[in-house]
Order: sequence, then C-alpha cells, then structure tokens
Amino acid sequence: MARLSLLIDVTKCSGCHNCFLACRDEYYGNDYGSYSAPQPLEGQFWMQVKEIERGSYPKPKVDYLPIPCLHCEEAPCIAVALDDAVYRRDDGVVMIDPVRAKGQKAVVNACPYRVVFWNAELDIPQKCTLCAHMLDAGEKQPRCVEACPTGALVFGDLDDPNSEISKLVATLDTEALHPEYNTSPLVKYVGIPKRFVVGEVIRRDVPDECAEGVWVTLEGEGIRLETHTDNYGDFEFDGLEKNKDYRVNIECDGYASMIIEVFTHTDVDLGGIVLEPFD
Amino acid sequence: MAERVFANCTNSGPVSVYVKDGKIVRVRPLVVDEKDFKPWTIEAGGKEYSPPKKVTLSPYTHAERRRIYSDERIKYPMKRVDFDANGAPGSTGPGGRNPQNRGRSPYEHISWDEAATLVSSELTRVKDAYGGSAISGMTSSHHNWGIVGYKMGPFARFLNMMEGTPVLDNPDSWEGWHWGATHSYGFYWRLGMPEPYDMLGDALQNAEMIVYWSNDPDSTRGTYSGQDSALWRQWLKEKGVKMVFIDPFYNYTNAVMGGKWITPRMGTDAAMAMAIAFVWITEDTYNKEYVADRTIGFEEFKEYILGDIDGVPKTPEWAAEECDVEARVIRALAREWAAKRTILSGGSRGGEGGACREAYGTEWARMMVLLQAMQGLGAPGRSIWGTTMGAPNDTTVWVPAYGEPNGRISMSPKVADYIPVNSNPQRLWRLTVPDAILDPPVEWYGEGFCGRSLEQQFMHFKYPAEGCSEVKLWYRYGGSFMGTMSDTTKWARMYQSPKLEFVVNQDIWWNSETRMADVILPACTNFERDDIGEWAAVNGYTWHASSGCNYRVVVREQKCIEPLWDSKSDYEIFALIFEKMGLRDEYTDGGKTEVDWVKGFFDACDLPKEVSWEEFNRKGYHIINIKDDYEPTPGLRWFYEGRACDTPDVGNPKRLTAANHELGTFSGKIEFASESLKQYFPDDEERPVVPRYLRSWEGYRTPGLYDKYPLQLLSPHPRFSFHCHYDKHTDWLNDIPVHRIKKDGYPWWPARLNPEDAAERGINSGDIVRLYNDRASVLCIAVVTGRVRPGTVHSYASSALYDPLMPGDPDSPDRGGCVSMLTPSRMLSKNAPGMTPNSCLIEIGKWEG
Repeated sequence: MARLSLLIDVTKCSGCHNCFLACRDEYYGNDYGSYSAPQPLEGQFWMQVKEIERGSYPKPKVDYLPIPCLHCEEAPCIAVALDDAVYRRDDGVVMIDPVRAKGQKAVVNACPYRVVFWNAELDIPQKCTLCAHMLDAGEKQPRCVEACPTGALVFGDLDDPNSEISKLVATLDTEALHPEYNTSPLVKYVGIPKRFVVGEVIRRDVPDECAEGVWVTLEGEGIRLETHTDNYGDFEFDGLEKNKDYRVNIECDGYASMIIEVFTHTDVDLGGIVLEPFD
Repeated sequence: MAERVFANCTNSGPVSVYVKDGKIVRVRPLVVDEKDFKPWTIEAGGKEYSPPKKVTLSPYTHAERRRIYSDERIKYPMKRVDFDANGAPGSTGPGGRNPQNRGRSPYEHISWDEAATLVSSELTRVKDAYGGSAISGMTSSHHNWGIVGYKMGPFARFLNMMEGTPVLDNPDSWEGWHWGATHSYGFYWRLGMPEPYDMLGDALQNAEMIVYWSNDPDSTRGTYSGQDSALWRQWLKEKGVKMVFIDPFYNYTNAVMGGKWITPRMGTDAAMAMAIAFVWITEDTYNKEYVADRTIGFEEFKEYILGDIDGVPKTPEWAAEECDVEARVIRALAREWAAKRTILSGGSRGGEGGACREAYGTEWARMMVLLQAMQGLGAPGRSIWGTTMGAPNDTTVWVPAYGEPNGRISMSPKVADYIPVNSNPQRLWRLTVPDAILDPPVEWYGEGFCGRSLEQQFMHFKYPAEGCSEVKLWYRYGGSFMGTMSDTTKWARMYQSPKLEFVVNQDIWWNSETRMADVILPACTNFERDDIGEWAAVNGYTWHASSGCNYRVVVREQKCIEPLWDSKSDYEIFALIFEKMGLRDEYTDGGKTEVDWVKGFFDACDLPKEVSWEEFNRKGYHIINIKDDYEPTPGLRWFYEGRACDTPDVGNPKRLTAANHELGTFSGKIEFASESLKQYFPDDEERPVVPRYLRSWEGYRTPGLYDKYPLQLLSPHPRFSFHCHYDKHTDWLNDIPVHRIKKDGYPWWPARLNPEDAAERGINSGDIVRLYNDRASVLCIAVVTGRVRPGTVHSYASSALYDPLMPGDPDSPDRGGCVSMLTPSRMLSKNAPGMTPNSCLIEIGKWEG
C-alpha cells in the first residue's frame, strides 16, 4: 500500500502556470485508455492555478494556489459513482474509469472542490490522475511536478517515511484546503493565504523620518502577536483567521499609545497611523 | 507505430519531443539521463546550494505542441487576390498591384513554384532597376531556436546575396543602458549590461539586500534561460536577504518574494536615484576611497546633486514632489542601502527594465551605475545583477551561438566556403522604417547594436544613403512589430504605401503584418527541420548567457516530424528562390543540407573534445558541466580590487592588454562626468555630460497633454508570451487569466488599473475598455487591482493579435490588445535613438461599441 500525494507550498509558488500547461500538454487530445480519455480544448483545468490578491494599494499581496484533484481519502466522488466508476488505487490515487463513468454527471457535482470536469462530447467526468499512466510506466513524478521551477510542488508517498514529501510533512505546518469539506484530502498545503493586517506608523513631529522600531502588538481570539515596525515604519501581521476581531496596540516612547480595533472580514490596511507626541 | 523521442530546443530551453504515428503528442522539459548532470555547489552561510537535476522552462514552452499544430499556421504559399505583378508599381484596379488594399484583401493559394518564381522575378526586377539597396527586409527575434535556421543565418545570407539594405537592430528592452550606462561604466561590448560572472555565488555569500529597480525576473527570466533562476531567488529569500521592489506595478517577482514595494510615479525614477545620492553625500555614507580611486567626475556630479549648479538640491523632499514617494521612505531606503551589502537589480540581465524605456531613460540607467559606484561596485554583495545569470559555468568550451559571426551560416568561414559580401552602405533603423518609407529622408545617430565601440553610438546615418535607392521591395520575416515597437499604426500605414512595390511575408504563423503582404510564404518550425543550438546561449554581445541556466545544455535539434501542411524550412525557401535565379549552389554553399551545416558547426567548435558526433547526433544533447577545479571569478571584483580583469568576458577588448584593469569607458574608470559624451556631444542638454533629472515630454502634468490624457501607460514585457510569439498562436495560454481573459468567447488583453482610477471612470473588472490617445485606440478588458499605483495603467506589450475593427484601416481601434499602438515615436533624446514606450499618456473609458 502507498498513499501517493502532492505537497503544495503556496509560499514558493510564483504563479508561472507551468504545472497547468504541462498538464494540458499531457492530456489534451491524448488517449490513455483506462487511465483517462482525451482532454477537450475548453473548460478543463486538471491543475488550476488560482490567483489570490489580498489587501490593497500600496500594500497588496498576491498568492497563487495550485489546485489539482485532492485525492481525498473520503472522496465524495467515489461515494456517488455507480458501478465503481470512480475508485481508489492501491497507491491512493483516485481514478475515474472513462468507460464505466459514462453519463455519470453526478461525479462532477459531488466534488466540493470543483476539480472534476464534465466532458460533454464524451459524456464523461474527468480529472487529475496524478499522471498514473506515467507512474505505472516508471516515471518518477507527474508532469506538473516535473515542470515546477521552484519546488512548490513535491510528489511522493506519504506512507514512505523516507520520501521527501513525508519528511517535509513532518517538519512543515501543513494544512488541508477547505478542511470543512471533511473529505480527508491527501494533497497537503503549506501557506494557504489567510488574513493580514498592515500599517505604517508615522510620528506627527518627525514626518520626514520613518518610525522604525515601534512596538506593535495584535491581540484577540486567544492569540497575542508582537512585532516592531521596520525601517520604513511598516508593520504586518499575517496568518490571521477570517472574520475575527483583533486589537492592534501601538506603543512608542514619548508618544500617546494607539489602540485600533480591526475585523478581518477582509485584509486590513490601517494606512498611515500618526502618533501624537507628548508635549 | 512506436513512440519515438527527439531532442529539440526552444527560446526558453531544451525539450524532449514525443512523436507517435508522425504526430507530436507531448513536449516535455528535456528528459536527461541523471548521470549526465554534475550539479555545482555553492557554499554560503554554512549551507550548500546545489541545483536539482532538471531543466526548467518558461510557461509557454509547455504549450509548444499546440503552437506547432496551431490553426494560425500559414499552411500554403499565397498571393493577395488583387495583386498582379504585371501591373506597374503603385497601380490600382484590375490588373494592378493595389498596394492600398494591403491589410484588407484576402489571399489565394498558389503553388511553391509560382510563389518562388514570383518572388525571385520581383527581386531580380527591383535589383536590376534600382540596385540591391532597393531591397530590404526585417526580421523579428526568436520565433525559433537553433543557429542553422536562425535569422542571422538563412535570412542574412539571402539579404547579403541580394546586397540588400540591412535594418539596424535596436537595443529594445535596455535602451537606456545601451545609450546611457555605457558612458558611465563601459560594457558597450555587452550593449550596456554588466558582466554576470559568478554573481549567484556572490549574492548567496555576501548580499544582505537586493533592490529590484524596474525588474521582474520571474517574467523576463534572463530572456532565454527558462526559469532556472527562480530557485536562486527562492534560496536568497529563504536565506533572509531583504527584497525591495521599485516599480509602478506589484510585479510577479515581488508577489512571490514579498519585501518592500516602492512606487515612484513613472518617469521620475532618476529623481529618486538622485535623492538617494543626496542622502549618501550629505550623511557621508558612500565609499569615498572607491570614488576617489575608481571614478572620475564625482565633484561635478556632487555639485549638481547638492544644487550648486541649478539651485535645486536633490533632496528626498524634492524627489518626493516628483516621484510621489514619501521623503522618509527615500531616506530609509538610502540608509539601508548604504548600511547593507546591497545588490542593485536594475533589469533582467542587470540592466534592462522599463524605467530605461522612457523619455531620457539614459539618465536613470546612468544613475543606477553611479549609485552602485558610490557604494563600491564590484565589492562583495555590491553588484549590479539581474538575478538571472551568473551560475557557475564552464566557459572554456566554445559552442557557437547566433550572436557571433562564427555562429552564422551567413558569416562563418569555419562552416561556409562561400560568404556573400554585402557592400551596400545603406542602412535603415528599425524604429524609423515606416518614417523612412513614408517620409524620407530620416537621420539618426548610432549603428544599431553598438557593441564594438562607444564611438559607434556617435556615427551619423542618413536614409536614403548617398548613391543608394529608396527601398522598393520589403521582405518581412518571422514576426510582427504591431504589438512590440512604438506608435505601431505607422507600420500599417507603411504597408499601404505605393512606394513599396512588392511585399513578401515569410513566417510560420499568421502575424499582424502577414496580412499586409503581396505574397505569403509558409515556413516551418524548428521541430520540422534539423539544427543545433545551446540553451540560452547568445555569445557576440552577451557572452556566457547560458550562466542563466543551472547547466550548459547543447542540443542537437532533431527533426521530429515532416514540415506541416505545405511549409518548408526558411533555408529551403530561400534556396528555392535562388534556384529560380540560378544561384542555388551559391546560397547553399555547394548544396549543403541543414544537417551538413549542423555537422559543420559541430566540427568547428569544442564539442568534439567532449562528445563524439555519433553520440551527440543520436542522443540529441550534451551537457557541459563545470570542471572539478572550477574557480569563481565574480564580475567586477577585479575592478573593485584594482586588479587585472580575471573574468572570461571575451568581449572586453582591454582584457588581454596592458589596460586590463580598466573599464571600457574612455578613462577606464566609472565616469560620473562622461568623457565620451563630453567629447562628442558636450552641449547635449538631454543626455548631458553629468546625468540630470529631466521631466518627461509625455508624463505627469505634461502641458497640453496631461489634461486630456491623465493616465500613464506602463507596457512591460509579458510573462506568458515572448515578443509577438506564442500568445495567439498558442490558444492554451488564453486559459491563463493573467495572460488573456475570455469574455463572450473572445480572449481579451488585460489592462490593469487602480481602484481609484477605475471608480472615477465607472469601470469594473471585466468591463471592456478603450485605451486611447491621439495616436490610437486599443480595446482591452479591465482588471481593477491594488497592484498598480494610481494614475497608471498596466498592460503588457507583445500582444500578437492585431485585430482592427475595420481591417485595413490604420486608424481603426484594435481589439487584440496591441497597446504599442498608443506609445510615442519620439526617442529617448535627440541623440539617443531608443524607443520610449513608457512615456505614454492615455485616457481610458468603458467601451460600449
């Protein structure tokens, strides 16, 4: 037994889309028999790269979230499929049988991640196979991983403690994409964008000098984070939960402290925060 | 039939091509036997850095299969239906040549025999009537890879045999460095780029900060080196090297690296640079010893910076007014830059970047050199480095590349017995070709790529040249400029001029200028013919560019499939045309096939010392690993330390002379006051002896323009396309929403604008908008984003899709996204003929049409 999977490190993904294009090159118009039917020209993204822009000018952040089939251990697509049309291989890869799946549109709609696509011409659902046809032919990794220039995609067997992926999973803070779907995806993520709070501290009496080293804390929801402003007077708290209340406290000797309440419905740029000097 | 695997190469790297039943089914990054890789190791900070055993390609290369089989391929030779060669030049109506219909009329399929006969008879007619100078032609760059078939080979051999008028290349992409920085630190033999040797090791071992000033290496990638350098930047980030990005756009490298984003108003970067110099001078935080020993003219520069000359001290407060960057931010940047070992990353190869592609872009580029000079350019961690070249690289094995005469079938005595000599003295200048055709005479300074001397920049040219003819026959080859040059509707106007008696377009795909020809000839890709090429190698004016890759990979580019449809290789096409003139033998150098040329290059270079022909030919690639005794020679360290140049920069003419410790400037030192400009253009106010900040003639608050067109257009090089290549010839790319965005079935070109500017105009993301000024109108799809500073519209240059709503009308709005139509014709300055796409004011509004 094995559990083949991907580890996707969002912090390393530069959004180059090599994975998406390599995947399309492998599957567009190519028939791999029982592994997969040809991918059509339009509308299918077996490896989709989602651009996520957060925050606002002048302090935005941009991340890229590559999303293949997550090869869930409790896969709704398997559950809904008739005639074993969707199945899990011994190595953990979730496969759609292109013959038995004919007409089974429910497989598409069962997936909460929306990574199963309907091929109207062939009347079948289709998705990422982790390039099972290549792995079975002796290749070491799927096309998307081969094409990745930064190591943002790591492929391997989660059950093999000596595999690179297992070692990374053991050391990194991995998470599931949308854990609330409760499907136990095998594909692991690092660095899924959360909310952030940023601001720039300015001292009223010295506006031409950046306020470096100002003590800023963020508290709320059971956490307390601390930082200093950098040489530009900027501070940042990233990795915050969505839709939560936090309190930002800014303290600088000789200036009146500031407390600002924030709510992370979106990312928050507090802009220029002007500290008033004590007289 | 069994699957066969071939090796080939692209403009971003080597590939393995899988062919089944005569059809390409897959194009992978080159599959290499692991034993062939011997990765280098750099030790830094107690860690060892070593690249993976793989090659990484640009995004679009993964869609190569789709491009090869694209519906946009030119499938057959064609003639415009209303072109009749029997008609007199300029004749209209039935039986005429009807040049006015170029861009409008459809085409009919003709045979190769008809096409070759027609083209050769027109070449002969024009040459007999007006002389060879009446024949000219223009190439684009890098729609294919491989030195046998590259434009410097077959096309140049053709043009030289005809004694045609060459079009001088324009150093487009790095014009400010070419026309400016060379006068500060030499390196004219690299067209203004610094030497990149071992800069990766220097960065890992010494750098504490990198300032990316107008540089997005994740988009431009060192031009041809795929994405190998993306991992280097990852290492530097993980190592804690601080990153600063100065750019009006929150670019892709910025997105993945994070760090500080500073957004000067376009056209004011030189002012910000001067304020940084002001801080260093007034706070005494520059390297005075270096300035004294290694530079000249600092006192004059200092006087200007301090305001002694014009009464305006270049303070951060002064710059803040120009740049719209807070004075405190400029001050903080300047202080950190001086305090930390800081690399200046002023463009993809060190010096490029959009800030040098605007009015007076020479001044910003010169300032980049001078700022680093103030901090000891060449000291550990104090380099000018684009982050895209400078891996350990074995430079001892010579493999020819297109940039050098010995890498060309048109010029190399090592491979060719007969080398045609073109004695025609006339030249055209790429940027002003339409002006030259429509409204001669035109004049300019500079011999295109001025890689042989600084003096070349001061040579005066005039078209038509004395005793030469105006151009009557125009041969367009391999690409189009509608989406890449400046003010490009003038190209459409040029084609409709009766002064062009005959126009040929030879290309693989339908490009924007293809439909403006009289005869169209279908060429094939390098996957359909034989060639040889090294990954990312240029040589000539960019020696050792393959140090942008983790490995030197030389590829025997194997013919994978037969030429598709009725296409032929460029070499075969020219051979056929010359056959009609009885000159086939001369053109083919006595009947050489493409494989013969490949073998000739192989035998002429150092490869036989490394690998046998049989193995290379069969396997399809050879990797040149570094030797065990590799010793790094970081670029410019020799100059910093006052030693003789020890880098392998073979273009450096002083390297093996008594002046081997000098730079390529007149004085041999870094010149704050340029000796070369002082000698040739001492009174030039626009590129003065000491760099100055000059407000753009088309920028923020430009009188008469800004009121009408208050937005500045930023049109940098694209990430998912290359010049006019890929893009519309590769429709898979349309599914990358940062490249094109589909709406109502049409793939629109994105234009990004700040929410503030969008709100003022009632524009939302996904709206079709018109970008316009007095020059043109271009339709795009709006993307409202905080990644663009207010007052700026970001839309990539390089749309390959010119799609005028009224075909054949140069004044028609284009819905393909050729924003270059909006950009000005005006040059950097009166004596520096570089293009200025980033000095462009526009207005933008919802398109209801």
